[in-house]
Amino acid sequence: MLFFSLFKTLVGKEVTVELKNDLCISGALHSVDQYLNIKLTNTRVHNEQKYPHMMSVRNCFIRGSVVRYVHLPPGAVDVEVLHDATRREARGG
Amino acid sequence: MDVTLQEVPLPGTALAEELDQKLLIVLRDGRKLLGVLRSFDQFANLVVEGAVERIIVGEQYGDIPLGLQVIRGENVVLLGRVEDGKDAPEGLTEVSAQAIKDAQNGEKELNKLKSTIRARMDFLDME
Repeated sequence: MLFFSLFKTLVGKEVTVELKNDLCISGALHSVDQYLNIKLTNTRVHNEQKYPHMMSVRNCFIRGSVVRYVHLPPGAVDVEVLHDATRREARGG
Repeated sequence: MDVTLQEVPLPGTALAEELDQKLLIVLRDGRKLLGVLRSFDQFANLVVEGAVERIIVGEQYGDIPLGLQVIRGENVVLLGRVEDGKDAPEGLTEVSAQAIKDAQNGEKELNKLKSTIRARMDFLDME
């Protein structure tokens, strides 16, 4: 649940999701669920000329299994807190 | 960062907001479907009514009618809400289903030809 919790703290922030098919989508993180499916609002696709079908899409749901990277804004994650949370989770809560 | 139970929505309900909306669905093989979402489950298995496959070749696009489709979730890449009346890609012209199929086959042939040429020239070690 750690990464689910982490992503929940990032809701509302501007992120870029890179998919396994190399498509890059930037947008505001709207919601995340336990499969790490991601919903973005106000999306923009990088290299839009290559993906003309995405031009009319402004909100999207991305299936967690197709995500390669999520680029986060600098300073969005407090690494100290994450570190502690990781140890706590490793000890079993 | 602890999560209380009330905050957690039921698993796999994220798509409830998209029900009965016209969506663009991108599949893992690169195909693009448009249709109205009628049902889904936690795997993102989907039922799409009035589905069409949209093929884009160069400056042209065309829709192939498919009707009611069930899509297995593992093939789904993303779902995008399509704004009403704005589903046509800007700057592209619509052509018939047959014309776009022909154009797609033409493009496939061209790519095949290109790759065989490249394969034959391989010994030249070109960059």
